[in-house]
Amino acid sequence: MSNLSRRKLIAAGITAAAGASGLALAGGVAKRYGLIPPDAAGPYGAGEALNYAAQRILTNHSMAREFSPSQISNPPFANTVAAPTDEFKRLQAGGFTDWRLAVDGMVARPASFSLADLKSQPSRSQITHMACEEGWSYIAQWTGVPLSHVLDLVGVLPKAKYVVYFSIEHDWWDSVDMADALHPQTLVAHGMNGGDLPVAQGGPLRLRVPRQLGYKNVKFITRLTLTDDLKRFGQGLGSSSPEGGYAWYAGI
Amino acid sequence: MISHPRFYWGESGNINTPALFKIPIPSSRSSVPTGYGYVLPDQNGWSRYLHFQSAWFIVFTGLLYVISSFFSGHLRKNLLPNGADLSWRNISTTIANHLRFQPPGEDEAWSYNLLQRITYLCVIFVLFPLIIWTGLAMSPAIASVFPSAVSVLGGQQSARTLHFFVTVLLFLFLLVHITMICVAGFWKRMRPMITGHARTNKERT
Repeated sequence: MSNLSRRKLIAAGITAAAGASGLALAGGVAKRYGLIPPDAAGPYGAGEALNYAAQRILTNHSMAREFSPSQISNPPFANTVAAPTDEFKRLQAGGFTDWRLAVDGMVARPASFSLADLKSQPSRSQITHMACEEGWSYIAQWTGVPLSHVLDLVGVLPKAKYVVYFSIEHDWWDSVDMADALHPQTLVAHGMNGGDLPVAQGGPLRLRVPRQLGYKNVKFITRLTLTDDLKRFGQGLGSSSPEGGYAWYAGI
Repeated sequence: MISHPRFYWGESGNINTPALFKIPIPSSRSSVPTGYGYVLPDQNGWSRYLHFQSAWFIVFTGLLYVISSFFSGHLRKNLLPNGADLSWRNISTTIANHLRFQPPGEDEAWSYNLLQRITYLCVIFVLFPLIIWTGLAMSPAIASVFPSAVSVLGGQQSARTLHFFVTVLLFLFLLVHITMICVAGFWKRMRPMITGHARTNKERT
């Protein structure tokens, strides 16, 4: 300890104080620009906030890589999901003609679309990579209506900051910020590899967010809600993933 | 790794595609055929949170270390091998001493020997940049900004495989590093590592 002079201690103290106030300032700026994820609390909040803020600044308008048809994984891997509910089985028996996608919340014209309504809208096809946090991945061609187009149809209010989306499976929901919601590659997907979207892959409707990991791509979606506050949904962590221990932002 | 103990080369890979190699351990996912009759509990949620938080910590402290050692002369004086170090006699003596498990002498308490210098330089300027690069190349969002950072490695699954091998190398370094500290005398070495001051016999008397 004799080597630690008073001058060194004072310098270290000033550095620590400057560091702490710098962190507080950075936190304030990040909050103001919406760079704090809804699950940025608890012991890993700092890491999560850094992940989301850093990636959001870098990736605001970047396009997910697209691949050539020869790179499509055949067959695409289908992860296991819970057994379908009776409601799902009933809709499936009817060829999903009664499947609806409701859009509500902070929109000028709440609406409900059938599968046929969505298929008649302008569509986009893209061959992208689907990576699961578990480590596996596949490449497939996805076809669907850009989410931004669906949002244009209902007229999103300027105050809206997030799109929350719900599966027909209970307690399976997630949300994305407007950067991902309005991104041209984010699709309300109804087709894969030239055909209808198979049930194993989330058919008839799945939200496809190619700049995030697999679990953000919720299967069997029935409802979209626009909001400016994720605290109102579930435990207030932005999706059912953090409630099960997984990060809300899954760009990494 | 436990959720999918299979590794691939290229852009994509899953249980429908041939694996480059498999780790013979049980998995935390029932969909992965491992040959074991049981499935381990899922630990990916909190471990991913911890992984990324630790990654930020290592990036910040690592940058601080590299920048300060560049300006303080630590890099030039203590890490880059000097001319005398690179003589054949010195190289062979250092390697021979290591092979005989001879504890380092007093003169090595304040300076790194040649093997240490080369190892530390590799860890700081090769393995750490590689672990960060291969890790980021697995991120779909980062891949959208820097697509060539992924394709140069051979694809997203290649990045995962390389990330695994670099992790193994870093872990081996850690094991050898701690073993050598114990061989050289644990407390004798831990004290200067933490305080930055080597205590020699002269000072003690």
